[in-house]
Amino acid sequence: MSYDKRFDGRQFQELRKMEAKVGVVPSAQGSAMFKIGNTVAIAAVRGPREVRPRFMQDPTQGLLRCHYNMMPFSGHGDRVRPGGGRRSKEISMIMEQALRPVINLQDFPNAMIEVFVELPQTDAGTRCAGITAAAMALAHAGYEMKDLVTSVALGKVGNQIVADVNYDEEAYEGEGGSTDIPIAIVPSTGEVTLLQLDGEVTQEDLKKVIELGTKAAADIFAVQQQALKDAFKETA
Amino acid sequence: MEKVIVKNRDVVVPGEVLAEGMGFVPGDGTYREGDNVRAARLGLMGVDGKVVKLTPLAGPYVHKVNDRIIARVKDILMTGWRIDTNSAYSAVLGLAEATSDFIPRGADLKQYFDIDDWVICKISKVTSQKLIDVSMKGPGLRKLIGGRVIKVNPAKVPRIIGKEGSMISLIKEGTGADIQVGQNGFLWIKAEPEKDPKVEAAIRKIEAEAHLPGLTEKVKELFK
Repeated sequence: MSYDKRFDGRQFQELRKMEAKVGVVPSAQGSAMFKIGNTVAIAAVRGPREVRPRFMQDPTQGLLRCHYNMMPFSGHGDRVRPGGGRRSKEISMIMEQALRPVINLQDFPNAMIEVFVELPQTDAGTRCAGITAAAMALAHAGYEMKDLVTSVALGKVGNQIVADVNYDEEAYEGEGGSTDIPIAIVPSTGEVTLLQLDGEVTQEDLKKVIELGTKAAADIFAVQQQALKDAFKETA
Repeated sequence: MEKVIVKNRDVVVPGEVLAEGMGFVPGDGTYREGDNVRAARLGLMGVDGKVVKLTPLAGPYVHKVNDRIIARVKDILMTGWRIDTNSAYSAVLGLAEATSDFIPRGADLKQYFDIDDWVICKISKVTSQKLIDVSMKGPGLRKLIGGRVIKVNPAKVPRIIGKEGSMISLIKEGTGADIQVGQNGFLWIKAEPEKDPKVEAAIRKIEAEAHLPGLTEKVKELFK
């Protein structure tokens, strides 16, 4: 059986319903919540502050550090063990790399900016939701950045190219299998700051995936922009 | 074709196109990308002739020479004090800049400023690596005795002070409190116990509504 209808009834190029809000963590300099379908990411920014451990200090520019954490009962399978693991370490690193091209770190020599991303509820696409929330949180904290970063997990399920895969699709084991392609895009330039691939895909299909990702980026950017503006609306 | 896309005093987010055309010059908080001027941070839009600029709505404190800041003594050095400036960078208060008194060799520096003392001081030097020197020489620069210190968003400090200090004197007159505002986002308040919560409430209101018009009237209302 081929994959001709999505498990949740969406169009193949349709994203899940998105919601965003900034200022969700009052004690942080900047914070944001981004929800896409059943995946929820909360990002909080702290800093600039002294770099610890000290050997990581860079006198030429500031350091951006991300901390990705899936909460214990957030996922579909077993309880996620608290504390960092190999997976969260990798995702923290790729999140830093996805955000670094837009943020100006020149003004913070020997200091660091930290982004904490917590995921209370997950349904695939967590690193993407995390990056999207982190970009909003950094903007909310008032850092100088040339653009936001938008991110979404695309993929190939069966023989269909789909936008925003959920957990059922990621785990699809029918004919053709499932390929998960998280991608992060800077909307103003179309610059790709994250591209990972888990599975198999042809060159032509990958090109189509990136094209679809660029389209999706515009939709996500609109949601981010609205959330940031709503935070400063007149309170009646 | 040249035109301004965003209305004056609208909230803009990083990456948003503010104006089209080479006729506009990118000012503070903006940058040029091709033909467009885009926002480089979260702020309020402002056009001044051909210059497009932003008033930041948030952001960390950036040290500038001659800023008056409120800071806490966090360590005592061989020839001065290290002070915490509400940022990633600490500053040094040297002996010569601290007091006009004669300090004999080997004197115990605790007599002048002890750890956890609060001071209001002026930034005298900042290097590219953000090494900071401060001075206590100048009118009104002193150790802060009594009172308490609260923390506000450093981007909102100009609004808390107001035009030529109008906003802060409104609060001072309304409550009889002694208030010192540091550019770094620390505020020192010394007020009668029953007036103290009123002072903080007013400051928090200004902080929350700094980007909205008609704030002076609202603050006046608080003290009626």
